[in-house]
Amino acid sequence: MYNKITAHIEDHREELERLWKEQLTSDTDARIIDIMPEHIFESTSSEFFDIILLNLKDKDREYKEKLQSFSDKVVRLGWPVALVVKGLREFVHTVQENLVQYGSIDKEREGDYLELLDKWMTPISNEIIQTYAETWEKTVSLQKMALQELSAPLIPVMEQISVMPLVGTIDTERARLVMENLLDGVVSHRSEVVLIDITGVPVVDTMVAHHIIQAAEAVHLVGAKCMLVGIRPEIAQTIVNLGIDLDKFITTSTMKKGVELALEMTGRKIVELEG
Amino acid sequence: MEIQSCVSILNEWDIVAARQLGRNVAKELGFGTVDQARITTAISELARNIYLYAGEGQLCIDRLNENGKAGLRIIALDKGPGIPDIRKVMEDGFSTSGGLGAGLPGVRRLMDDFNIDSNPGEGTDIRATKWLR
Ligand SMILES: Nc1ncnc2c1ncn2[C@@H]1O[C@H](COP(=O)(O)OP(=O)(O)O)[C@@H](O)[C@H]1O
Ligand SMILES: [Mg+2]
Repeated sequence: MYNKITAHIEDHREELERLWKEQLTSDTDARIIDIMPEHIFESTSSEFFDIILLNLKDKDREYKEKLQSFSDKVVRLGWPVALVVKGLREFVHTVQENLVQYGSIDKEREGDYLELLDKWMTPISNEIIQTYAETWEKTVSLQKMALQELSAPLIPVMEQISVMPLVGTIDTERARLVMENLLDGVVSHRSEVVLIDITGVPVVDTMVAHHIIQAAEAVHLVGAKCMLVGIRPEIAQTIVNLGIDLDKFITTSTMKKGVELALEMTGRKIVELEG
Repeated sequence: MEIQSCVSILNEWDIVAARQLGRNVAKELGFGTVDQARITTAISELARNIYLYAGEGQLCIDRLNENGKAGLRIIALDKGPGIPDIRKVMEDGFSTSGGLGAGLPGVRRLMDDFNIDSNPGEGTDIRATKWLR
């Protein structure tokens, strides 16, 4: 059975490849194919075909290595997983139809052949999906780390004054980092005034407000003052609607005003040099 | 006439997705920046309450058009523990989780119409509407 199939595929290789590609492009969401440059689609799908054939012929040796590097390539080229899975399914389909069409197999044994073909495809599809999953996990954890680093930096801008610019959504994890970095930074930089800039925070709901209030109170306990800067007009409105009391906070609309005020609070000011 | 879209709330990032949905619809309907901020903040409060107190639920956004008046309705649904005393949770500062307790009363002030339907053991259905002026 095995040999019959491989022999048939080798004899009709070009035809099968053409049929298979036609099938693959015909009822796949055009958007998926369109995002790939044509020559890349062509060459990867030929390679795809090669790999499948290699598996059919040559059981273990080269196969594992080639399959791994192929999955890797497919994933990095950004072939959607749905397309890959479909490619495998269509391969089984195309070969089987072709076998029947040429009368290479008996009608009543069609089911056996289908089952055999399916068995060949399973490890390929497992390997590729596994590679996808691993790549995703790696990407996500790298991005998580990158985000954490960017998450809540405390920058000592000048003696006694530090700034924490917050950009993006604040979730529980990030709120924890804000608090940690604020307290560590205030102590190690000997800051007297910390400006928390919320210009880049899209939504200030009661949770965000609560975390900021708690952070400010904690900063107060270590002997520094907290200033809230960058409150956009629409955010100021929603904060009032929510009934949140920011009276305990010194607030300014812009960073520039905030820095001027912070200088004043630490007994300094910016003067222009006479020229 | 109404068209509805929903986000199921299971984790913190679903709250962000619900907000994004609300902001997009609000923009499409022509709400200004201040109302967009009010709507997204209200969604954030209700979605977070689902996440915190019910564990899971749905947040849906309706586009309303009644007698030529356009509006956006937020519907927050869950089958969580429910709210035993609705009057109490509508008081500023009431919280069972050590929060600010400003969420529900805040949502009422952020939006034009507000309604809670909740039975202990059955879940909570909160609806809040903002009309386009
Ligand atoms: N979907 C809900 N299911 C059950 N209880 C809720 C729900 N939403 C709110 N609550 C209750 O109402 C209280 C007040 O909610 P809220 O005003 O948002 O303040 P906070 O979330 O800060 O506690 C909560 O502490 C909780 O006990
Ligand atoms: Mg709440």
